[in-house]
Amino acid sequence: MSITTHLTSRLKSDAPAAAPQDQAVALDLRAVQKTYDTPGRPQVEAIRHLDFSVRKGELVCVVGPSGAGKTTLLRSIAGLLDLTAGEVVLDGNVVTGPPQGMAVVFQEYGRSLFPWMTVRQNVELPLKEKGLDRAARRDKVNRALEEVGLTEAADQHPWQLSGGMQQRVAIARAIAFEPTVLLMDEPFAAVDAQTRAELEDLVRSLWKHLGVTVLFVTHDIDEAVYLGERVIVLSNRPTVLMEDVNVDLPVERDQLTTRSHPRFGELRGHVYSLIQRAKRGDRPDAPMPDARGAAGA
Amino acid sequence: MTRFLKAAGYAVGLPAILLTAWWFGSASSTDPFWPPLSTIIETFPTTWTWDRIVADVFPSLARLGIGFGIAVVLGIVLGTAIGLSPTLRALSEPVLEFFRAVPPPVLVPIIALFAGYTGWLGKIITIALGCLWPILLNTVEGVRGLEPVLGDTARSYHLSRWRRLVFVVLPGASPRIFTGARQALSIGVILMVISELFGANRGLGAAIVQFQRSFAIPQMWTGVILLGLIGVLLAAVFKVVENRMLAWYLGQRQIERGE
Ligand SMILES: Nc1ncnc2c1ncn2[C@@H]1O[C@H](COP(=O)(O)OP(=O)(O)OP(=O)(O)O)[C@@H](O)[C@H]1O
Ligand SMILES: [Mg+2]
Repeated sequence: MSITTHLTSRLKSDAPAAAPQDQAVALDLRAVQKTYDTPGRPQVEAIRHLDFSVRKGELVCVVGPSGAGKTTLLRSIAGLLDLTAGEVVLDGNVVTGPPQGMAVVFQEYGRSLFPWMTVRQNVELPLKEKGLDRAARRDKVNRALEEVGLTEAADQHPWQLSGGMQQRVAIARAIAFEPTVLLMDEPFAAVDAQTRAELEDLVRSLWKHLGVTVLFVTHDIDEAVYLGERVIVLSNRPTVLMEDVNVDLPVERDQLTTRSHPRFGELRGHVYSLIQRAKRGDRPDAPMPDARGAAGA
Repeated sequence: MTRFLKAAGYAVGLPAILLTAWWFGSASSTDPFWPPLSTIIETFPTTWTWDRIVADVFPSLARLGIGFGIAVVLGIVLGTAIGLSPTLRALSEPVLEFFRAVPPPVLVPIIALFAGYTGWLGKIITIALGCLWPILLNTVEGVRGLEPVLGDTARSYHLSRWRRLVFVVLPGASPRIFTGARQALSIGVILMVISELFGANRGLGAAIVQFQRSFAIPQMWTGVILLGLIGVLLAAVFKVVENRMLAWYLGQRQIERGE
């Protein structure tokens, strides 16, 4: 066993371009392409070619220029969009509809909450589907609301809350669900800096304790580097992979020390320059046969 | 409290003015078709005795209730099914458009042929059919107009068909369903009367027609006034139910408009 792991790890470091084949891969995107073809409207080629994978229990951030197709990518993984070509494979199964055990925090957080339910009922609804009894549900809901700091707002309706609070309700609903895969689309866009730092640490700690695989879309480069084990940088539309940046910061992260770490600055600068290039339209030609090779370096 | 008084004042104001105008305008009337309002009001208690209310008003209201109830249930069930299924929608669209264009009173003679018009059945069918379309069409629109992100949320959390219906689709469509039901209720009151104009012997509408035929003109007027009062009462009850069930919607709208 130890020999094989040793071998595979050596194999990987020697030839990082080889497709990861072990079962530790949670999510595998294979030549994903998405062109929106709404009748009566011009076609929009959102994603041209994306090919990357996420290991089980990994926290991967996705950054890219606005309109790059980040939401499109997330919705494809969530099984809410039909791909034009390629496939998304989750735990060895091709995704054809919303997979079990996945929670999504939508970018339109406000519109993803049921206005006829209170905050508590919103968080509780997915748990009913899990067949939990009343007491267990109540317990999980209370814990999730406490973690996002919304205990007082539990019996209010979403429309009575500020944008940042609504966003936290959507996050609470996702974490109370205890998913195995968590997709988040710019989940902290509407919260203030202080809460944002707390929620970032919450995501990190949940990720560490629950072993959940997280795909986190953000437009904030600092956030991407602080949170991720990897940062996937997308090109401008039609989207290809700009670079798959490995974040080799210590696993234990802290708002103060990590952000002042010299390596943090380097990575941040690197991702920043990638995004600047992407915005200018400087992009690798797709499909790139050695896109993964560049990533591993 | 003062706000409440103010609102009550506005609500009562115009009717008070109209009644006063009617009262004085008709006070010296000798036209048998336009008796003085004072005469009409004097006639009221002797005309609408408890026996008469039980014999004429209650059956009418019961038929209205049953017909409206059937329309609500049927309208929501069919409307939800059509709203959720593109196939059903494509199939039913031309039929729905046709029936919507047919004025409900036209159905009265046709229904009379099949169900007869002396009994309750024909009248209830008339009311139910007339009330059905606004509820049905509004439910279809309400179900179709559901916020897509909410649908995605329900799908990604794997809510069962039943939970999606009860916790997502129906509440989401409820503002439109209420709009349809409100239209249906006023159509229902009209049909309640019209359905009694053809060969019925008991009921509020039938009573008014009988007063008219026997030249009991003040009594006829009391019937018209009673009908109006019933309409106001039904609207008030409807409003109470709506405020209760759509509290979230009304609150949300109020906030969106900036109070
Ligand atoms: N339903 C749709 N029909 C047609 N085009 C669409 C649709 N949804 C998105 N697009 C287009 O696809 C492209 C990618 O959109 P997407 O929302 O995925 O970008 P994004 O990276 O999430 O942007 P942002 O950072 O602003 O959230 C955009 O040009 C957008 O206009
Ligand atoms: Mg987006």
